[in-house]
Amino acid sequence: MQAFEYAEPKTLKEALGLLSSRWGETEILAGGTDLLSLMKNYVATPRRVVNLKSIAELRGVAETSEGLRIGALTTVQELLEDRRLARFPALTAAAQGITSPQIRNMGTIGGDLCQRPRCWYFRNGFGLLARDAQGRALVPEGDNRYHAILGNDGPAYFVSASSFGPPLIALGARVRIAGPNGTREMPLSEFFVIPKNEGEREIALHPNEILTDVFLPAAASELRNATYEVRQREFLDWPLATASVALELREGTVRRASIVLGHVAPIPWQAGAAAALLDGKALTEDLADQAGEQAVAAAKPLSKNRYKVQLARVAVKRALLAAAQGGA
Amino acid sequence: MAETPKPPAQATIEWPPAGRRRLIGQRISRLDGPAKASGRAKYSYDVNRPGMLHAKLVFSTQARARITAIDTSAAEKMPGVRAIHLILQPGAEVRWVGQEILALAADTEEQARDAARAVKISYEPLPHLVADVPPEQAGTERVQQLREQTEGDPDAGLQQADVIFEGEYGCAVITHCCLEAHGQVAEWNEDNLTVWASTQNVSGLAPQFAQGLQAAGIPVQASQVRVLTPVMGGGFGSKFAADTWGVACAALARKAGRPVKLMLERDHELLAAGSRPSMYARVRVGAKRDGTLTVWHSESWGTGGPSAAGTPNLPYVIGAGRNPVLPKRSRHTAVFTDIGPARAWRAPNHPQMCLITMCALDDLAAKLQMDPLDFFLKNLQYTERPEVYREELLKAADLIGWREKWRPREEALRAKGPVKRGLGLSLHTWGGRGHNSTCQVTIHPDGSVEVAIGSQDLGTGTRTVIGIVAAETLGLPLEAVTVKIGSNEYPPSGASGGSTTVGGVSSSTRDAATNALNQLLAKVAPALGVPAEQLEAREGRIQVKDDPSRNLSWKQACARLGTTPITASGQTQASLISSGVGGVQMAEVAVDVETGIVRVEKMVAVQDCGLIIDLKTAESQCYGAMIMGICYALYEEKIMDQLTGHCLNPDMEFYKLAGIGDIGELVVHMMTGPRYEERGVIGLGEPPVISPGAAISNAVANAIGVRVPYLPLTPDRVLAALEAKGGAV
Ligand SMILES: Cc1cc2nc3c(=O)[nH]c(=O)nc-3n(C[C@H](O)[C@H](O)[C@H](O)COP(=O)(O)OP(=O)(O)OC[C@H]3O[C@@H](n4cnc5c(N)ncnc54)[C@H](O)[C@@H]3O)c2cc1C
Repeated sequence: MQAFEYAEPKTLKEALGLLSSRWGETEILAGGTDLLSLMKNYVATPRRVVNLKSIAELRGVAETSEGLRIGALTTVQELLEDRRLARFPALTAAAQGITSPQIRNMGTIGGDLCQRPRCWYFRNGFGLLARDAQGRALVPEGDNRYHAILGNDGPAYFVSASSFGPPLIALGARVRIAGPNGTREMPLSEFFVIPKNEGEREIALHPNEILTDVFLPAAASELRNATYEVRQREFLDWPLATASVALELREGTVRRASIVLGHVAPIPWQAGAAAALLDGKALTEDLADQAGEQAVAAAKPLSKNRYKVQLARVAVKRALLAAAQGGA
Repeated sequence: MAETPKPPAQATIEWPPAGRRRLIGQRISRLDGPAKASGRAKYSYDVNRPGMLHAKLVFSTQARARITAIDTSAAEKMPGVRAIHLILQPGAEVRWVGQEILALAADTEEQARDAARAVKISYEPLPHLVADVPPEQAGTERVQQLREQTEGDPDAGLQQADVIFEGEYGCAVITHCCLEAHGQVAEWNEDNLTVWASTQNVSGLAPQFAQGLQAAGIPVQASQVRVLTPVMGGGFGSKFAADTWGVACAALARKAGRPVKLMLERDHELLAAGSRPSMYARVRVGAKRDGTLTVWHSESWGTGGPSAAGTPNLPYVIGAGRNPVLPKRSRHTAVFTDIGPARAWRAPNHPQMCLITMCALDDLAAKLQMDPLDFFLKNLQYTERPEVYREELLKAADLIGWREKWRPREEALRAKGPVKRGLGLSLHTWGGRGHNSTCQVTIHPDGSVEVAIGSQDLGTGTRTVIGIVAAETLGLPLEAVTVKIGSNEYPPSGASGGSTTVGGVSSSTRDAATNALNQLLAKVAPALGVPAEQLEAREGRIQVKDDPSRNLSWKQACARLGTTPITASGQTQASLISSGVGGVQMAEVAVDVETGIVRVEKMVAVQDCGLIIDLKTAESQCYGAMIMGICYALYEEKIMDQLTGHCLNPDMEFYKLAGIGDIGELVVHMMTGPRYEERGVIGLGEPPVISPGAAISNAVANAIGVRVPYLPLTPDRVLAALEAKGGAV
């Protein structure tokens, strides 16, 4: 780990003042479960590390008129224990999927949304877009068994690592971002972006901004939601594919469905056409299966990840059926 | 004074008969369990010496290249850097990413890491091969045929077969994944070196250090090197040598004049500290309609990295017997690749040979529409120990409920829902004869007892076994004996490999303790008024065999020693040990045919190993081996990238191992009773890790109706096999 200056601001304002406007010079530290390994592997080599954990205003879950405000420092464990979130099994299932107590206790929702991809070329020092010294793209010809099947026209082939992104997008969450010139808000769906050049990040944050809050809209009584994750192991393991769904079930028919796939594209992948397929219909196993098929219709698997198409399809089907059967 | 009493004449040394054993064969918790569980046990990793420096290695980032320059000038100026030691010189060729080039020591671990990154190595790249490819794709210069073997008349065997099955099977390169990485702390005192090493070879390491240091221009003799390994965190065959990092660590300590710690980082551990060779085979097997095998043909290959790994002997277990001989032809070719070198991995070659053989036979049984249990029972005459395997197969079948649960392949697939269940079995064997071991037992006048052996406890229970044998022999409770191992200052004992330790240390301890006891009996015989031969040690007393009421307590007896302790030594005793064990394992799995995810629901291990000293640690060996087996059956693979020459998963994140939730129910049954026990002690460390891959693969084939040819059985492979079959998804 490269030596760095450590700052522990007490207020958001103070923290913002410590951040550089260039990526890489400073890094934000929340739970550290990702940042520390990035730094140990010299993938991140900041001059200064700004620890957010002493900033009280970034903590806690609160009820507001529009729904729930979840502070960026809320830990995975706190999400699991908060009874107000029981209405959102799509989210808690994703939290349960992180089966390490240590990571649940340290990892934060802000950190989960901002964490870097796990692409092994990236983590082994070949850059986010994974090129060798000659500029050759490594993923398409290399070992891409865990890489993207959607949104993979290049140059990005990694998958978004966040398991909270898909359920939160399906549930219509927004995020608030604080920067040097005040705050801005956006739907979480716009927060994730596919970088086009090395040096760009996979989130719409500027280097001198902090993600402060996640807003989760109040749940209509007809809301049904669920997440299905395909993980090889029970033990802490990255999902191979996930699907989060949220929909309203009125008199047996589906309204306002949203389907978001995880771990299959450089961003949480919204399967709009698959969701549209459900509108006004009764949610049968057949329909769920069709939606799964539609959700991966545009998939373009790489040389070693064709199996993920099948996994994503099954995840959609199983998430829809779980949502129909209860799911809040 | 009267003449010194003579010890009684030496008879052949024996184990106590069944009815007379108090400790041997009981379930006894390991002596160092509490120290390990509470963190009080100090591993090499935990050793911190005053003024100690921390060393890091600089290793090759190229799979194959010539080093053109090594520039340490920037690193030398970095804060805290105290010494640099070159392992390779410019001009040398590196053969894998992770090959050690130099080591440096600094005040803190972080300073050493930063300085290691500041070293600049220039390379002239050479073409590399890291992909695990068959010989025909590797290029002639990378291929060596190691063996072609023919027995009986394999052509006639093919003619005689009513049914022939052809298949391809194999398993990936994996690593050892010792919980404690390789490494040591080295400290000089004048010209004497002490090394706290994580090693399987306490008694054999000093000469290696001396040789390596002499080559580095540091004159030191084996007699000046003290090696200490009070506890260690696993080796599995990868920790027999001083290694470049061991020598580098001692050399840095010498140069810096300070103790140095050099433990490998996890990435380097996975890159360079040993791997298990891959093995693949194209197999043709034939049988009569009634299931009797008539022939085996195999063409196998695999890579152990830059040098040839061992040669397999195929088929395995079935077909290894001499009477009758199964006609066979087998050929093996080694492929040389630029991945880290192979090292012995728990039962070298056996898990691979077992997988290839047992899966091919299981597929043949399926083609014959036979229950594999019947098929294997039918062919036990081709094994070396038909009776043992028969007994073990029936016992295992009973424990897993084979007869009630087993369904033919196609039927299992028709079960409702996406999750299908299946059963599989496998047979294995191993040698395990005790190595050369010397033991010294000391009985002090105050009654305390020390047993010293230059052996090591890899976590298997060696320390406990030594204590049990000594206490049993001296008629004392286990707590009355102090076991001293893990130092080359104790009498030399073999390296812990090949499941040879328990036979070596138990028999040398029995011998030494018997010799010590005989001296004590001779000393106290006059006081009890009978010849020494009529005395025995039992329950903390020395008593007359025919009249136990005439006795001395152990303490009273020892007090008669005056001021001089008794010491006696002992050696490995052929009469107390044997070799050759059999084992059977069965697995029950659940496979989700829509996702390809495999879960092991239950595994049964039935195992013999002669006379069992400690039933609990023996069972633990089997539990641990099954867990290790589930890991390599389902998850483990050293993933190499041909484009960059790098290993892509040198971490515990994508180099996957099972967690508790992935293991399922494990059942162990150790074969006991006179027929097994009369053979004496036989090693157990390796045998139970051989079968899990084959048993699990066979269970998956049974569940989904098609063979997934290669381990690990990952979702992509399971789905591909199902798709090729045109089914289920
Ligand atoms: C082995 C392993 C398995 C895992 N499995 C899963 C999984 O299956 N699914 C899953 O979703 N996660 C998984 N995780 C990831 C884990 O959930 C994240 O590491 C964690 O949520 C990140 O939170 P943190 O607070 O520790 O982030 P940190 O490590 O502190 O930060 C992560 C990144 O986000 C930035 N950051 C953090 N907070 C903010 C903020 N408020 N504003 C702006 N930037 C910020 C940091 O600068 C850094 O770049 C796994 C992690 C490991 C190590």
